[in-house]
Amino acid sequence: MRDLAAKALEAATRRGVGYADVRVEEAWERHVSTKNGRPGHVGSYTSEGAGIRVLVDGCWGFAATDDLSTKGIDRAAALAIEIARAGQLARKSDVRLVPEPAHVAVWCSDCRVDPFSIPVEQNLALLLRVDAELRRVRGVTMAEASMAFVRRRQVFVNSEGSRIEQTRTTSGAGYTAYAYRDGGLQKRSYPNSFGGQHQLKGYELIEELNLEGNAGRVAEEAVALLSADPCPEGEFDLILDSSQLGLQIHESIGHPIELDRVLGAEANYAGMSFLTLDQLGRLQYGSEIVNVVCDARVEHGPGLGTFTFDDEGVAAQRTEIIRDGRFVGYMTSRETAAAVGAARSNGTMRAENWARLPLIRMTNVSLLPGRQTLEEVFGGVDHAIYMETNRSWSIDDKRYQFQFGCEIAWEIRNGRRVRMLRDPVYSGISTAFWNRCEAIAGAEHWTLWGVPNCGKGQPEQVMGTGHGASPARFRKIRTGAADAG
Amino acid sequence: MPAESELLPRKRCEEILLAAQTAAFRHGVEDVEVYFHASSESLTRFANNAIHQNVSERSVVASIRAVAGQRTARASTNRLTREGVQAAVDEAVALARASEPLPDLPEMLGPVEAARVERWDEATAHCAPVERARRVAEAVGIAQAAGLTAAGIFATEETVEAILNSRGLAQYHCETMATFSMTAMGADSSGWAKSSATAAGHLNTAQLAERAVRKARLSAKPKRIDPGAYTVILEPSAVLDLVGQMFPDFSLTAIEDQRSFLKDREWDRLFAPEITIYDDAGFPLQSGAPFDGEGLPRRALTLVRSGCVVELPCSRQMALKKGLDPTGHGFPLPNEQGEAPVNIVIAGGKTCLNEMIASTAHGILLTRVWYVRETDPYEKTLTGMTRDGTFLIRDGEIACGVRNLRFNESLIRMLRSVELLSPSVRASGEEAFDMVAPAMKVRDFPFTEVTEY
Repeated sequence: MRDLAAKALEAATRRGVGYADVRVEEAWERHVSTKNGRPGHVGSYTSEGAGIRVLVDGCWGFAATDDLSTKGIDRAAALAIEIARAGQLARKSDVRLVPEPAHVAVWCSDCRVDPFSIPVEQNLALLLRVDAELRRVRGVTMAEASMAFVRRRQVFVNSEGSRIEQTRTTSGAGYTAYAYRDGGLQKRSYPNSFGGQHQLKGYELIEELNLEGNAGRVAEEAVALLSADPCPEGEFDLILDSSQLGLQIHESIGHPIELDRVLGAEANYAGMSFLTLDQLGRLQYGSEIVNVVCDARVEHGPGLGTFTFDDEGVAAQRTEIIRDGRFVGYMTSRETAAAVGAARSNGTMRAENWARLPLIRMTNVSLLPGRQTLEEVFGGVDHAIYMETNRSWSIDDKRYQFQFGCEIAWEIRNGRRVRMLRDPVYSGISTAFWNRCEAIAGAEHWTLWGVPNCGKGQPEQVMGTGHGASPARFRKIRTGAADAG
Repeated sequence: MPAESELLPRKRCEEILLAAQTAAFRHGVEDVEVYFHASSESLTRFANNAIHQNVSERSVVASIRAVAGQRTARASTNRLTREGVQAAVDEAVALARASEPLPDLPEMLGPVEAARVERWDEATAHCAPVERARRVAEAVGIAQAAGLTAAGIFATEETVEAILNSRGLAQYHCETMATFSMTAMGADSSGWAKSSATAAGHLNTAQLAERAVRKARLSAKPKRIDPGAYTVILEPSAVLDLVGQMFPDFSLTAIEDQRSFLKDREWDRLFAPEITIYDDAGFPLQSGAPFDGEGLPRRALTLVRSGCVVELPCSRQMALKKGLDPTGHGFPLPNEQGEAPVNIVIAGGKTCLNEMIASTAHGILLTRVWYVRETDPYEKTLTGMTRDGTFLIRDGEIACGVRNLRFNESLIRMLRSVELLSPSVRASGEEAFDMVAPAMKVRDFPFTEVTEY
């Protein structure tokens, strides 16, 4: 791979470019799923290819290929340059990159148990045991369980002398119990919805998740939801579990702080941001107890957004985003950092794979733990609604007005659950919501969640992002039950 | 002679199948299938009136399925050397043997009559970067002349889908697609237009740019209106992105799993009599291969006639289980979903968009919808936002732009409340796959919140 990367870089630089970088990547994936006692999808996927990015006369060009012959690589390099030159027809100003030192490094993420060494029979046996536990509960009408393992090995080289090799292994697993009866359909998932929990770990994650131990409870809750009262409509104090809070962070903080989005790069698809440049350092984004960082470093934890260098060779960093409630930082790249007066990119350029161009993406965007105990979060008010596990998520194209739904809620009185509630939704404006944050539980309740399916870009790219959060309480938030208006 | 792509010619597919068969025989496995997907896609993206991302990507993937008794599994790779194919076969066989048996696993399909549609345009397959850039420059010029900022894409691609197996199945389809989309933005408004076609020459990108500009200008100084139930006119892209959310439920497997909104009412009159929906891979304005994930030719279905569900897709696996005929809507095996329609044609009416507007005393015109998510799976209640061109209609005319609104509406209720349909066109959105759809006038569409812009 190193030779291939060097060859591709040479194919670009000998044609005269202002800058070039190359990512050569090999990837291995395994996906196993079950449904109602039978295997669903059982498959593996291997891929290799090269992506060549060039700057020619101030314009970007990018070409990716899986034809890794000398001719194939040469053709891709020539095409990248041809594409960059064509950009002159609609050009406003030259792309300029802030400096980044050349790095030479090799890194491999921690992986105690290689997931690819685990026989698939073992994967299936565990999923089928979980499935049996779920369907043992009367009233469960469908059970789905899945696991996914991915390893990516990438060599990055650029015309400034960087040569970086990184290998990242991620694992994930989860399940959902569905209950249908008389025109009602409910579901409960563990450890999270839409594919479960995913982290930068090996198979040890699967063992840590205690999948079998939670199946009975999850199945019973799915059935119980069919008879539960709908979530009341009104303004209530709202407590969110850490997984739903992770999604809240992703949608109402993580996306708006993407500086390329702020500058209009995503206007045609993913949208723009309410965080215009004049807000930096001024906007009171949240209450004073709200502190958010964007941290790709290994020290932050084994998140889906953890690495040592981003996909344009910038070292992983920790950036404060919200400090004591004030908005203080964006996610930047070498091209955009100067727009906020930064001398250096804070290293958030990521590409889905070799075939796609790197874009500013969330790394690990996390709410730092607070000081309250869980009892204080739940017991700090007389009456609240507590919601768990995301079911739906929708936000406007400037990331301002949102509506999120969860799988389950409970009415809380004097710190105790008094009744289960179905179809809970809540809505608000991003900044108003975060300014109503009154209590955040401490580090012992903090989990680094993985969102494996964040979409952005044209052509669209899917990226895994990490979000750490502890349960937290928000004052007087509009809630209701999912229903046509 | 049917079209063939240099990206992955038929002969190359046959060579890879032979290599896969040879590798499989060494394991004592006779049944092997290779599903090919090849694409060469180029996309010129612009924002702030300049090209800012300009990319091209080429990949050829072979997905190899091995069958060992009633067990099956799949290994996919883009390493298509003899060694790479061997490794994928080794993996597929190992996974299959390690898997649990599927009692209703159908046998591999034998030779079937080749399904054919012609969706290939040579000029689109070889569209040069400078041609894409020229079209973008023209579109940007239209926005700039109006004092607006443009963002969008112009993309061209060629794709190959093929399925060959050890029993003589040999399906091959190649096609081209061009897509143009533009958002024009003013100080406090925006407008959007998007279209796709199998030939780039059929896309009038200048006209689409002008449409986006017109909407941005018309929606300047947007007024704030109160949430509530309104008569709405949904342009075809908005219809597509809403109605597209229900088609995974049009599946016998989904009904059997009790996760479809059609469960216990599959043959009821669910929608207004004006609603008729087909699934027809051969329809002239459609795209995609004329065969399904197992290589079976796609049969045209009448999903809904005059508001009643009439036919439902059925995979070979479900057909075997239920004693029915398969319809050619299955996904590659093994899978959990079973089947779904993917070539939707919603029958249109005779009322053009301008006539719909003229017929409306008080209502809202929606260009598109955004971030559409299901909140109630059985009532098919969706939430989402309006975006890029939302207008108040008063006394049969567009009165002004309005700030964007959030809706929460049941698709069942929406399709019961349809009053008028326009002729159908090929439409493209961002929340569902392209389909042939009309504009719709719908009464009592509920908006629940307003955003700040």
